[in-house]
Amino acid sequence: MAVHTSQSVASAAGDDLARGRGRGTGKAPGGLRVSTRLRRGVSTHWYAWAMVAPVVAVIGVIIGYPLVRGIYLSLTNANERNVERSIGVNHLPATYEFVGLDNYADALTGDQFLGTLGWTLVWTVSCVSVTFALGLGLANILNRKIAGRSFYRMLLILPWAVPGFVSVFAWRFLYNEDRGFLNKLLAGGGIDAVPWLNDPTMAKFSVIAVNIWLGVPFMMVALLGGLQSIPGEMYEAAEMDGANAWQRFRNITLPGLRSVSTTVILLSTIWTFNMFPVIFLLTRGGPGEATQILVTQAYKFSFEISPRDYAQSSTWGVLILVLLMLFAAVYRRVLRKQGDTW
Amino acid sequence: MRRGITATALAATLALAATACGSEGDSGSDKSSGGELSGTVTWWDTSTVGSEDKVFKQLAEGFEKKHPKVDVTYVNVPFGDAQNKFKNAAQSGSGAPDVIRSEVAWTPEFADLGYLAPLDGTPALKNEKDFLAQAAASTKYDGKTYAVPQVIDSMGIFYNKKIFKDAGVEVPTTVDELKTVSKKIKDKTGKTGLYLRGDDAYWFLSFLYGEGGNLVDATNKTVTVDNPAGVKAMTVVKDLVDSGAAKTDATDGWENMQSAFKDGDVAMIINGPWAVADTYGGAQFKDKANLGIAPVPAGSVAQGAPQGGHNLAVYAGSKNLDASYAFTEYMTSAESQAKVAEGLSLLPTRTSVYSQPGVADNEIVGFFKPVVDKAVERPWIPETGSLFAPLVTEYTKVLTGQSTPDKGAQDTGDAYRKLLKGWK
Repeated sequence: MAVHTSQSVASAAGDDLARGRGRGTGKAPGGLRVSTRLRRGVSTHWYAWAMVAPVVAVIGVIIGYPLVRGIYLSLTNANERNVERSIGVNHLPATYEFVGLDNYADALTGDQFLGTLGWTLVWTVSCVSVTFALGLGLANILNRKIAGRSFYRMLLILPWAVPGFVSVFAWRFLYNEDRGFLNKLLAGGGIDAVPWLNDPTMAKFSVIAVNIWLGVPFMMVALLGGLQSIPGEMYEAAEMDGANAWQRFRNITLPGLRSVSTTVILLSTIWTFNMFPVIFLLTRGGPGEATQILVTQAYKFSFEISPRDYAQSSTWGVLILVLLMLFAAVYRRVLRKQGDTW
Repeated sequence: MRRGITATALAATLALAATACGSEGDSGSDKSSGGELSGTVTWWDTSTVGSEDKVFKQLAEGFEKKHPKVDVTYVNVPFGDAQNKFKNAAQSGSGAPDVIRSEVAWTPEFADLGYLAPLDGTPALKNEKDFLAQAAASTKYDGKTYAVPQVIDSMGIFYNKKIFKDAGVEVPTTVDELKTVSKKIKDKTGKTGLYLRGDDAYWFLSFLYGEGGNLVDATNKTVTVDNPAGVKAMTVVKDLVDSGAAKTDATDGWENMQSAFKDGDVAMIINGPWAVADTYGGAQFKDKANLGIAPVPAGSVAQGAPQGGHNLAVYAGSKNLDASYAFTEYMTSAESQAKVAEGLSLLPTRTSVYSQPGVADNEIVGFFKPVVDKAVERPWIPETGSLFAPLVTEYTKVLTGQSTPDKGAQDTGDAYRKLLKGWK
């Protein structure tokens, strides 16, 4: 094992050397070089390739095939009525056709996709920013030596420990306009029932509130970890220099948390953008389509309307993927410009 | 989508996973040597849990007594999820039941998709002439019979007699009266008049018919939901909610409607025979006589409620077709229907059952029979099952003020024209 590893490291270095030389002279014909390199690569690294193969195969089956199939369906007019079905004695062949980029043109020019995208962005930005701010605040509080600290930490992680759909259902009961706990509480104070999930604007607030409630523990734990890795001496030194609490937070805590926070913001953005269970289980995208985000709408196309529109659903799915990839790329670039090595 | 859409959203999400990797209800061998039925028959029932399901389960298991070698597996699938769950299972070919209780509007759609076994000439259909014509209509598609009618229904106004007495009002017969009656009830007792489901467009139909409208006109291949009558109907329901005559809910419609009515918080609901057993379970209706039922209020043009009901259909991919046919016949026989009518006040689909003792003197059945006879029949085209999804979105939008009645009707019409290619 060790021999193999060192061998490949050595030859990899050799490759680099060869490439460097090749670039310098610019004489070696490209085609030949690629094929020789390929052959040499296989013969020297066969062991590594063999080790990687199962992973590649599994990823190919789990991610690759559905992805390719999704992209393919988005270029057709496939729906429930024209895909292949084989039920007992009935065999119905596939009759859908290739329609090129029509689905994309429809999605990007119609107002449904753009409208849903608008709300999805509002939802993502408000959820992530509030969750981050709250998580940071709580992490700072819990990083101090206060009585019952571990008890509070436990308590605050609770929303995370409960399975997501259970807590969303609990919230749904709380929000119920007629019989929900929140409205009973308000009624006790003489306040009229609030249509938590029945008024379009209130429903938007309600779903955001639940997602924040669900998201805070993750932020808090991640940021608490970050805080604990900032050496205490820096705070002591700053205090000696007369820095006040805000200055210490601004100039030590925030820069110290930078690497952690950039990662959690990226993750949280992607998760929130595609946060299916909260929306689906609380409102099913309603009332009307007021809280429908891109993923829940794509699900609706594929599973709730009839005939099920597989093509449109896949189109939206591919567009979601493209949007998130664009976001990640831009985010990375911005960070790199600011001097992050991430 | 009529009942409890929201009841079990959890089940809906799990359904995906469950059907993807669910174990197939293996139906085993068809016949033993002597021609006797054997194996398993899985039946998906969609009746209301807690009230109707017990009777149906008992009835279904009675089949085992007649055919001791057959094992009946009773599964109750929430009504709101059943259409999608069956489609998932039927298409993937795993986890689908042998027999499904298919709502009348689903039947032509399932048949069109090739999921149902044609029943003409099989033992499933017996004494066909006995079926009510309007009940049998929804089982036919493209010249073949794909299901057997199990129950038929329509809608009426359920009212709390005590609240009506306290307020000193009579049952409203028109929408205008409904408004004045509601106001009086509010003034005298502080209760809300009507609970109108805002999350299911099936509850909108009687208002649409009342204004002389309809969803589509299948004979002339025309979308009619956005004509002036459709717009008027949207205005009517919006006005009921805005004026306080009715309250609505866009998320937990079924549960909130039933509990508000059973607890005596609202005086009226619009509902059908399927809700009777559940309603009798409420505190207000311990004395069954307190529940009054009347025809739905008329609109400015007409009076009408939708005709609904349920059929039993056999999955085309069933591994035990013979036992499934026999089971379907058993469940829709005059004897079984009489039991269901007696126990649950659900309306039989066989003419002969109505004259049987125990059914003939059932008050609920007696009330609903004439209502069903003149209920509005929907066109039994494959798309009938698809018409509710666009309508409920716009209906909810109108009720919650996100869209005007005009635009709501218009957008529904546009969605229908996309669905029904080539229609006007």
